[in-house]
Order: sequence, then structure tokens, then C-alpha cells
Amino acid sequence: MSGNGYLFAAYAVTWIIHITYLGTIVRRYKRLQGEIEALKENRSQVLGVRSQG
Amino acid sequence: MKKLFPILGVLTAILLSYALYMALIGAPTEKTMGNVQRIFYYHVPSAWTAFILFFINFGASIVYLIKRKPAADIVALVSAEVGVVFCTVVLVTGPIWARPVWGIWWTWDMRLTSTLVLWLIYVSYLFLRRFSSSGETPMLAAALAVLGALCVPFVYFSIWIFRTQHPQPVMGGGGSIDPRMLHVLLLNWLAFSCFAYLVCWSRYRLERLQRDVDQAHAMESLMDPRGSVR
Repeated sequence: MSGNGYLFAAYAVTWIIHITYLGTIVRRYKRLQGEIEALKENRSQVLGVRSQG
Repeated sequence: MKKLFPILGVLTAILLSYALYMALIGAPTEKTMGNVQRIFYYHVPSAWTAFILFFINFGASIVYLIKRKPAADIVALVSAEVGVVFCTVVLVTGPIWARPVWGIWWTWDMRLTSTLVLWLIYVSYLFLRRFSSSGETPMLAAALAVLGALCVPFVYFSIWIFRTQHPQPVMGGGGSIDPRMLHVLLLNWLAFSCFAYLVCWSRYRLERLQRDVDQAHAMESLMDPRGSVR
């Protein structure tokens, strides 16, 4: 590999590491949003049961 | 604050792009190593950013040990996680730079070995945070972080204390650097610091949200379907 090849590899791997980490943060946000929606739905059901009671 | 984040994100992206342009084109080519020396503009700022994040982790852990503030615990966790990402970049770009210059990918030199040990300490910190469910986990992790932070100055000064293959430090090590190269180095450090700050910010918000959701789940588990507390 030439000097430029090593340079490209180093810069590319740096951004692959950072983008992969950012991807894990986005994935965790999405999973958490799903949990929040489920909690909201559950809470509205509980409140519905309570108002019927 | 929510409006500020995208603005800072765009500004950081512009800064990172400009820093990349300066690193690849703007900075002068080093005479001995040629273009491969430009790895320096990513390798060194990543190392400095990782060290700063580990020191933030150290400070937040001390605050947590003294005051037991959950916010300090979150700052400690976030700074360690982002610090490990930057330290990973250092450990990967270092060998890629070493191969064409030294002729080897890795040597058990004191600077390289101590950096690897530092990385392993913070990875074990994150493993502890991830897999231990005990209520004592934040305190144990804070104690581990304090010990881990002691390794940071050792890594930095290892090239002064021991005879190593690694070059002398750019700042305060008696080495000389072309002022134009120093300018590009500091520009890249600024860009990576802004990027690290934004990543820490979003990770901090995520962790707070996660804890709120965990608390809501705990509350929910205490309530039966009729809505009464058990």
C-alpha cells in the first residue's frame, strides 16, 4: 500500500468508528421512543380502566 | 436548547470539513514521511480529546463519590463512553501510521502498551456499567474511574520517562513543529472537541431519558391493571 493508501485508510477508519458510534446512539433513541409510546399507551389504558371504575 | 443543537451541529460539520481540507491539502507535506504524516492531524487530536474526556470522567466520578449526584454519574458515564471511542481511533490510526514509517504495525513500546492498558481500563468500566445491575454499580464504577484516570498522565509522560519508539510530544516536549502544521493540528483538535461535545450532549440526553423511562417502568410495575397501587 502507498503512503496515500495508508492516509486514506486512517481517515476512513476514523469516520467509520465515529459514524458507527453515532449509529448506536440513534438506534438507542429509536428503541427508547418505542418504549415511551408503549408506556403512554399503557398509561392511557390504565386511566381508562380507572375512569370506568 | 433544542434549537441550539442543530445550529451547533451544522457549525461543527463545517468546522470538521474545513479541518479535513486543511489536513489533506492546506498543511505542508512533511519531507521525510510524505503524505502519510497527515495521519498526525487525526491521531494526535483524537488522543488529546480522549485524555480530556477521561479527565472529565475523573472529575465527575469524584463529584459523584462525594455528593452522590445522579447528573455527575451520567456525565462520568458519557465522557468515558465517548473517550473510549476517541481512544479506539488513536489505537487504530497509530498502527496504520506506524506500518509505513516504522515497518511494523505494533511494538510493545511503553507509550503504545500504556495506551492499550488505558483503553482496556475504560472498556472494563463500560462493561461494569453495562452488565452489573447492583445498586452499588455507579459507586464501584466511580472508584474504578478514579484509578483509571491515574493512568492518563502515565500514558502522556511515558515517552519522557522511558526510551520509546514513539515520537516526542508536539506540545511541551522539546520537539519542534512547523507553525503551519501546528495551526492545522490545533484546528483539527478544535473541530474534534466540538464534535465530542455534541456527541456527549446527545448521549447525556439519551441517558437521562433512559433513566426516566426505567423509572416509569418501575412505577408501572407497581400498579395493577385497575390502576391502584399494590
